Amino acid sequence: MMTGWTRDQMAQRAALELQDGYYVNLGIGIPTLVANYIPDGVHVTLQSENGMLGMGPFPYVGEADPDLINAGKQTITELPTSSYFSSADSFAMIRGGHIDMAILGAMEVAANGDLANWTIPGKMVKGMGGAMDLVAGVQRVVVVMDHTNKAGEPKLLKRCELPLTGQGVVDLVITDLCVLKCDRETGRFVLVELAPGITAEYVIERTGAPVVTETAGQAA
Amino acid sequence: MTKIYEDPRAALEGLLFDGMTIMSGGFGLSGNPESLIPEIKAAGVRDLTVISNNAGADGFGLWMLLETRQIRKMISSYVGENKLFEQQYLSGDLELELTPQGTLAERIRAGGAGIPAFYTRTGVGTVVAEGKPVEEFDGVLYVRERWLRADLSLVKAWRADPEGNLQFRKTARNFNPVMATAGKVTVVEVEEIVEAGAISADCVHTPGIYVDRIVKSTINEKRIEKLTERARETP
Repeated sequence: MMTGWTRDQMAQRAALELQDGYYVNLGIGIPTLVANYIPDGVHVTLQSENGMLGMGPFPYVGEADPDLINAGKQTITELPTSSYFSSADSFAMIRGGHIDMAILGAMEVAANGDLANWTIPGKMVKGMGGAMDLVAGVQRVVVVMDHTNKAGEPKLLKRCELPLTGQGVVDLVITDLCVLKCDRETGRFVLVELAPGITAEYVIERTGAPVVTETAGQAA
Repeated sequence: MTKIYEDPRAALEGLLFDGMTIMSGGFGLSGNPESLIPEIKAAGVRDLTVISNNAGADGFGLWMLLETRQIRKMISSYVGENKLFEQQYLSGDLELELTPQGTLAERIRAGGAGIPAFYTRTGVGTVVAEGKPVEEFDGVLYVRERWLRADLSLVKAWRADPEGNLQFRKTARNFNPVMATAGKVTVVEVEEIVEAGAISADCVHTPGIYVDRIVKSTINEKRIEKLTERARETP
């Protein structure tokens, strides 16, 4: 049984996509862990869509401020360079293309870049929050997710079955097995990198859309 | 004429009626008009349309008005972690207009700025765009969204001067400044009412023109939804 990357290793791999000077929005779950793996020498400013740039770490025990939370409603801290603004300004920043990258989780991703990550009809009434605005507005969308669901079925598909969050918005997918690019033009996944011990055949068997391997390189 | 009112009840006097539309500031449990919401409950007005990013949480914020079934419709972006909401929605007692968070903020901003509609890429190709005009600009598709305005906006700020100039604190700002602009009447509760001049004109977040009534908060529970902390490194 092949194992692939752990949650933390997926976050670590996602962090390699960050470039010096980037303004980045991190989603809930594994994407939040990316903040722990920002490479040395890369300065990144984290945006929280409720209205903050320059998110600091979690507060020390006893120092939480109820007026200072992130988009996941967790208590956080500010940095000397942080700024606050209204939710309208925050989403103007997002919609206007000023955020370089969003890293988020997903239920399904299609090879054409379609993303579904906000609802399961008949099962979940929660709402999309800021996810639709983020995927439509930021320059580059990176998805971090398990390659298959709990039943072992592919979450990477030709077409999403769940209601979409955005159409043709995903650029890169990092799973526990590999890194894939969405080739929106041809509707295929391009295998960019494999997790240690994982083969291209193993990935192809577990992917619900064509995967091309010509640019694949074995991970170190 | 003074904008300052004695208590939250007085601040809402003469403003409430059945079937009205109310905007209520806050993101999650942060920056909610905690003192004004219970007065809506006490007044017993019904069939309300409430515009707010979320719908409170067990026993807190707008949850109170769900419990008393005073809300007929919510316009929100996220209503998770709220069992009561889910029950009422699934049983058909509560109408819900889900709006992406940024579109919600911009619809409110547009309402306050006198812009009846605008185009956004958010939601194109999703259920959000269903039934709405979609138009291509410079080769990209955008969906038309309409403004939102309210009979009454409930706002939570940190400080106000007698003119109604407001300052917000940290991420408790969220939807409050835009909602202040989009209500026919805007009532603001603040933690502190300061004298004229105490807020530098350069540091006013919301100018007093948008504020009709000011009242000092009587409830500042500021409940934390997800307390996340880290241990101090020991040397």
